[in-house]
Amino acid sequence: MDPAATVAPPVAPGTGALAVETIGMTKRFGGFTALDDVSMRIEAGGFHALLGENGAGKSTLVKCVMGFYAPSAGSVLVDGREAEITGPKGAQERGLGMVYQHFTLVPSLTGAENLVIARADAPALLDWRTERAALSDFMARMPFRLNLDRPVAELAAGEKQKLEIVKQLYLKARFLILDEPTSVLTPAEAEEVLGLLRGMTDRGALTVLMISHKFREVEAFARSLSVLRRGRLVGGGAVGALSRDDMAAMMVGERTVRTIAARIGEPDAASTVLNVEKLEATDASGMRRIDIADLRVRGREIVGIAGVSGNGQKELADVLGGQIRALGGRITVQGEPYRGTRGESRRHRVRFIPEEPLRNACAPRMSVAENLAFRAFDRRGEDPAGSPTFWLDRRAMGRRAKDLIARFKVKTASSEAPIATLSGGNVQRAVLARELTDPVDLLIVVNPCFGLDFAAVSEIRSRIVAARNAGAAVLLISEDLDEILELADRIVVMSEGKLVYETPAAAAESSVIGRHMAGHH
Amino acid sequence: MNDDLGLWTVLLAVIGGAIRVSTPFLFVSLGETITERSGRINLGLEGTLVFGAMSAYATAVVTDSPWAGVAVAGLAGGGFGLLHGFICRFPRVNDVAIGIALMLFGSGLAFFLGKPFIQPSAPPLPAIPLGFWSDTPQVQAALRVNVLFLVGAALAVFLWWAFRNTKAGLIVRVVGDSADAARAMGYDVDRVRLLATAVGGVLAGIGGAYLSLYYPGSWNEGISSGQGLMAVALVIFARWNPLACFGAALLFGGAGALGPALQSVGISQGYYLFYAAPYVLTLALLIATSSPDRALAGAPGELSLK
Repeated sequence: MDPAATVAPPVAPGTGALAVETIGMTKRFGGFTALDDVSMRIEAGGFHALLGENGAGKSTLVKCVMGFYAPSAGSVLVDGREAEITGPKGAQERGLGMVYQHFTLVPSLTGAENLVIARADAPALLDWRTERAALSDFMARMPFRLNLDRPVAELAAGEKQKLEIVKQLYLKARFLILDEPTSVLTPAEAEEVLGLLRGMTDRGALTVLMISHKFREVEAFARSLSVLRRGRLVGGGAVGALSRDDMAAMMVGERTVRTIAARIGEPDAASTVLNVEKLEATDASGMRRIDIADLRVRGREIVGIAGVSGNGQKELADVLGGQIRALGGRITVQGEPYRGTRGESRRHRVRFIPEEPLRNACAPRMSVAENLAFRAFDRRGEDPAGSPTFWLDRRAMGRRAKDLIARFKVKTASSEAPIATLSGGNVQRAVLARELTDPVDLLIVVNPCFGLDFAAVSEIRSRIVAARNAGAAVLLISEDLDEILELADRIVVMSEGKLVYETPAAAAESSVIGRHMAGHH
Repeated sequence: MNDDLGLWTVLLAVIGGAIRVSTPFLFVSLGETITERSGRINLGLEGTLVFGAMSAYATAVVTDSPWAGVAVAGLAGGGFGLLHGFICRFPRVNDVAIGIALMLFGSGLAFFLGKPFIQPSAPPLPAIPLGFWSDTPQVQAALRVNVLFLVGAALAVFLWWAFRNTKAGLIVRVVGDSADAARAMGYDVDRVRLLATAVGGVLAGIGGAYLSLYYPGSWNEGISSGQGLMAVALVIFARWNPLACFGAALLFGGAGALGPALQSVGISQGYYLFYAAPYVLTLALLIATSSPDRALAGAPGELSLK
């Protein structure tokens, strides 16, 4: 697609919400039909939710609408007229905007620079005094306060997400697609953002199409919904007319979803596996500082660290994983100092599952089998306890990979396929397979279910609980409060680099936790 | 000889040398800054520099006009930049590898075509005697400033301003930091990089013209001795900031002038060591400004050196 090839003249710049309709939208990738004859209509001023599992075709559909993909068949009507959208720029000219799951802001540019350069009519010479005045005028009408003078790279994920939405509104989007907009926001932030957008749709200024996994959000904010399964539109209607069970049944079809295993047994009071004292560190840019006074995780215990993204969780995980050096303090595992080296993690049986596993825990272009072998490829017989070996045992690697792929139900074309070709849920399954097959004493997990559909989510959470029941100490760092409430024995809230609140899960009140997450303590 | 005068002589020579020697560094590093800010590395600027030097000299010999030489060198450099940018838009082509190939190609072509021009002498570029107020010949010599040096200094300030205050500058930064974001905004990433590489080539070509038409002011095969490559390293040291490029170019120029200056006051001990000063300086600065705990601040996100 050449964005420059947009030849159709843009519709006259109007105001007010747009109605968008797809007719018989179909998209094939080779022999695979990702989207099959999907027709749906979103009224002007509507707030429409698009539900579906990972790989159900939601992203494909919205990318066809936005002109990222040329559909194999079908068309898009904007305000009742057929619109041939050949690229994102053409979509923008017609008043369509999209907030992607990954950020599309330019990290080294400030918020203001990001906004201005995204505008199609940005002047060749930028007069920052006028632009700044116009921007502060525009921001005054936005309910969120954002610092537009800082480079985007320094913003927390929640702030970036708000800036993405603000950017689309700044570009005068009248039809806004949101791809899981709240996955990086606190519950309060999510309510704030979605509430604002709902208000705008109610005033007839905007139409919203939201991809979501969260039923609560859909019920609270959407007015209508559609459900996709395996590329087909399988149902929909007004919100309220469908129960959660109906929606779940439409999404997954006839399949049983594993429920999460219960936590069995009490935490082992006698053994403190992970002990962090007076830990200080800063991230690579030196901007974000953490200061952990005291954090202990015992055997057979899940300690959940809750917090809004960007409050130091990533830095804590990076220190524990050995990616950044601590400036001060002590980390001990089973009583011995721990710096995250390979030898130490082998000796103390520490396993680490970072966020975005494809990027942080895999070599994307190496095969699934090779990725599965990272823990023990240099040991005799692929056994982590074995003696070091110089030669790779390809045969043992392949055998072990086939076994793990079967046991953890990793969906892959073959064990020799590059791991980057797998879907997000299957990459996470493969990483879990690698980290959890051998006995584990300490497991550190960061946002394990980010962006996964709920069948994968419940399976992955069950595996984490199973590791805990087997006696492992688990440190779960997650931005999903529901996940922490569901899994943890003890909950700690992290805010501005410090641990500010601690409660046993049994006595946890989400309102109190939410208040601490939001910085009121 | 008076010790005091010796020290002053060295200092003056280093300052004069910094101004004289820094110009090619400055032009190449400014050009490379533009290219790298757009997300590509062009290591071929060494070859562009040498070819620029040859084509400028040859043109000046034939037309008797040094400015025609500068123009031709700029055009030839732009041609090399376009070639680099054009090849790099093909899939699975690595910009660093293409740069090395073009470096050898540019130098080789310059040696081949430049053979007949080693003997004849070309008219030099004019210099402005900013040292006219002084009676001391050393001061006058040090402050004979070439026009291109002033152009380069102005260009550094202009680029620094333009990266923030012009649409073109922002687009280059967007493309260099996140190609996906640039595509989402509808910018043609390959075209922006092609143009950025071409402009980088033009500047490197002009830097070459300075070498052959002012200092050292003749055409021979050893004229550049790796200055084009060092200028690329200088861009990293300057953190892709045009103003810092100017400072770094002066520093490198001064270090390069240290060896000849010491020799001129009669210090000949370890004189080859002083000639290595710019290279030692490069290493020392890169080590001193690096850190295992800090990210390379300011590096364009799309650059393949990360």
